Amino acid sequence: MAREGDLKLLGLVVSPFVVRVRMALSMKGVSYEYIEQDVFNKSELLIRYNPVHKKVPVLIHHGKPICESLAIVEYVDEVWGGGAPPSILPADPYERATARFWATYVDDKLFPAWIGVMKAATEEEKAEKVSQTLAVLLHLEEAFAKCSNGKAFFGGDSVGYLDLALGCNLFWFETLREMFDVELIDEGRTPLLASWAQRFGEAAAVKDLVPNVDKAVEHAKKMRRVFVH
Amino acid sequence: MAKAVKLIGAFGSPFVHRAEVALHLKGVPYELIREDLTNKSELLLRHNPIHKTVPVLLHGDRPAICESLLIVEYVDEAFDGPPLLPVDPYDRAMARFWAQFIEQKCSMPFWMAVWLDDGEAREGFVRETRANLALLEARLQGNRFFAGDAVGYLDFAACGLAHLLGPIEEVAGASLVGAAEFPALRRWVEAYTSDEAVSACLPPREQLVANFAGKKDKIKMAVNAMVQRS
Repeated sequence: MAREGDLKLLGLVVSPFVVRVRMALSMKGVSYEYIEQDVFNKSELLIRYNPVHKKVPVLIHHGKPICESLAIVEYVDEVWGGGAPPSILPADPYERATARFWATYVDDKLFPAWIGVMKAATEEEKAEKVSQTLAVLLHLEEAFAKCSNGKAFFGGDSVGYLDLALGCNLFWFETLREMFDVELIDEGRTPLLASWAQRFGEAAAVKDLVPNVDKAVEHAKKMRRVFVH
Repeated sequence: MAKAVKLIGAFGSPFVHRAEVALHLKGVPYELIREDLTNKSELLLRHNPIHKTVPVLLHGDRPAICESLLIVEYVDEAFDGPPLLPVDPYDRAMARFWAQFIEQKCSMPFWMAVWLDDGEAREGFVRETRANLALLEARLQGNRFFAGDAVGYLDFAACGLAHLLGPIEEVAGASLVGAAEFPALRRWVEAYTSDEAVSACLPPREQLVANFAGKKDKIKMAVNAMVQRS
């Protein structure tokens, strides 16, 4: 088990990518020093450890930085693999490829769509982005049917890589519901995702790491002030 | 008996090349199904409904595996043979990070910089390409390949800048990756394209030049239109 001082995480409380990494570390029972960043006023520490992108999360292990949340989750799974802590990625190469495919899809297609809802300058733009988000979620509904094989999570009986990849975005969907009265995952359109989201929210492995929606609303308002004209 | 491997691909695609070289390095025989991307087959659309792109790997009767770098990882994990990704977890994380950097920050700006008409937009992409390629140049750190002495995952990720570089620059009449500014990258291009396993998966240079020459007008129209729209 890593001692504090060996492991640090540069993060932002409301970043889904950071939440994803924190959930992975929690699943492994690993302790670390968490250092909150101000993404509107980037620290020398962040710039030093992620000079290429200057973004969170950054995991610093024995002084060496690892960036990009999905790469960090795979790293965490490999370093603290074997023995008691649960495996995050599936064991079978085919299932690993499938999980990675859909996790990349979440980041490449779902994230830009829902962020677009949050940053929309006009009602038309917002409606378009909601529509895009719903279309992506329909594909993820099909993915859940295939990956879960009738079980509770994408990863089977317990939370796995793809559950983390998608699940870390859920608190933002609640935030968007509160801010704009939009329902992104609903029982009518995506029943499997709706019931999965409920189970994910209650899963012991991750539930204490979901940030308060109020914090996300506050951050969204700040982002809109900065980015929306 | 080993399950049959099929690869849906298309001529000249660096993404398909990644999958082919991975299979070749592991000594896995496969059937290459050539796709005409201007007239996509039902087979391709059925197996890759989300992205409708090549490559697509079909292993036995399992559903398709899509996305070239994921195919490389799958081939690395499913078959015996020399490791394609580094063995150390930190080095693996670095390889994944830099592969993503290449996809998002090198390949796209390079393509735009090479094919766009002269102007402010092109200058922007040229600057971005040069700055990002400089980071890649630094990654080589005097090594023959990105991970050391043998070709691997990150070399495959960068392959769009390898055997296609010469043909693209020749047809487009652009020269962005000069030997003076990027000596390590140019040496890497040489080393990569002359590697035995890699060169077995490369089409002849003349065919690549002809292919790009034939598509040049279409490509230029498409990239200039993209810039107009944004």
